Amino acid sequence: MADPDSAQPVVALRGVGKTFGNGTVALDRLDLTVRAGEFLSILGPSGCGKSTALRLIAGLSAPNRGGVELRGSADGAPPGVGFVFQEPTLMPWARVAGNVALPLELAGLPREQAAPRAAQVLARVGLAGFGDAFPRELSGGMKMRVSIARALVTEPSLLLMDEPFAALDEITRFRLNDDLLTLWQTLRKTVIFVTHSVFESVFLSQRVVVMTARPGRILTELTIDAPYPRDESFRTSPEYGAFCRHASQALREAMAMDEPVMEASAMEAAR
Amino acid sequence: MRPAGVDDDVPMTLGARRFWRAALPVLVLILTLAAWDLVVRLNDIPPYVLPGPLLVWRTLVGDWAVLSGSLAVTLATALEGFALALVGGVGLAILFNQSRLLEYALYPYAVILQVTPVVAIAPLLLIYLPQQAAVLACAWLVAFFPVLANTTLGLNSVDHNLLALFRLYHASHWQLLWRLKLPAAMPYILGGVRIAGGLSLIGAVVAEIAAGSAGAGSGLAYRIAESAYRLNIPRMFAALLLLSVAGVVIFFALSWVSHLLLRRWHESALVSDN
Repeated sequence: MADPDSAQPVVALRGVGKTFGNGTVALDRLDLTVRAGEFLSILGPSGCGKSTALRLIAGLSAPNRGGVELRGSADGAPPGVGFVFQEPTLMPWARVAGNVALPLELAGLPREQAAPRAAQVLARVGLAGFGDAFPRELSGGMKMRVSIARALVTEPSLLLMDEPFAALDEITRFRLNDDLLTLWQTLRKTVIFVTHSVFESVFLSQRVVVMTARPGRILTELTIDAPYPRDESFRTSPEYGAFCRHASQALREAMAMDEPVMEASAMEAAR
Repeated sequence: MRPAGVDDDVPMTLGARRFWRAALPVLVLILTLAAWDLVVRLNDIPPYVLPGPLLVWRTLVGDWAVLSGSLAVTLATALEGFALALVGGVGLAILFNQSRLLEYALYPYAVILQVTPVVAIAPLLLIYLPQQAAVLACAWLVAFFPVLANTTLGLNSVDHNLLALFRLYHASHWQLLWRLKLPAAMPYILGGVRIAGGLSLIGAVVAEIAAGSAGAGSGLAYRIAESAYRLNIPRMFAALLLLSVAGVVIFFALSWVSHLLLRRWHESALVSDN
């Protein structure tokens, strides 16, 4: 693993502000730098604008203030971006292979060239042989794997994930967390992972950025200084517990800045 | 009050369920025909008031040469009107989807066309258009709106995350339409199409009736009007029977097409076990 400090920034948000049409201030003066190859989590209460930040980075919406810069690793060209949504977001009328090949076909690649690449990336996420299935025939976890395969099929250098495992049961979630880390270590992509789960953010990331809500701003950041590969033994280690305590503490502070009373919801988020 | 779905409490195998589903309507048909026949016989009702079912059947067979020709004419009109409604409805909905301004400008008039009863428009159309064209216009007019409304609804119901995904990969207008919006709207379009199929037949019949004896047409509804003037009630019944059968056939044919197109993925077409 390259030392993250020495690596080039691939994403730089400088003083970014985003106000929606209805007057809601989603983000206010957000500064964030993401280094090449880094696994970064954005942790925050729901409604803190973390998804909005991710959409700004993806170019799906434009900031009202400040700038979003994307830089490719070597030649300065912007990196390819893969996006994984909260829901699997698959086309129900297309087979799994067709869903995964979609980004390539939209770029004009002929079907016969897109198909082998889709099959390849499906095998990588553990779904070899499922290309002919329809999304409805798959479990929630498998659908999410298809969604990840689709994000990876264009071989982007930057992978943006918007609470991808939030709707899954814990067992499935753990397995997908493990597999995501394996993928990250083999493919060496930059990952920005939005979540409201303390445990997930600590387990996965090198760095956790904690955001406050209304307006969305970065409260603090934690470096999770634990070696990879991380597996079940890390998940049960006292070290992991300590990191989680720090992150929960930070998240509680972030929530306290939002609304003074809601103690129950702060505890819920810290759980 | 018995709770809804109480029939489900009766234990029934899948086979038995299927059998009764097919057998019960047939049983009702037989009982109805028998009662009809009995009423006519017992009261000695003359055929120019109410013909018995057997006489209707004999008329249908005996006048088949005339009636089948009329059926073909009416069906052709209905199908042409339906095809035009399909093309026009889907096409206009796509245009509306591309341009909000166009939708704002024209949609109210599509609604006005729909809510104005076609029976009231038909005589006017018959003045300005040749009869064939007027009948076709009526069939089109009633069938057009369900396709337009449903397609518009479908095109506007695309999952917003899928839209974002297509945007992320810089999909062109055409790609967005062909690969996302139209497939996503397909269940809605087919819902509209099933309604439009039946309505196009109704539109054709209404226009033929409006044209009445003044028209030179030879459709089934014209036969009904003509038979009424001649007090040939058995033939009226036979023509009516043919119209009903045609409507049912159209409905099932379109349901079948819808099933073929959606069976792989859409909830409405998936086989359920209960």
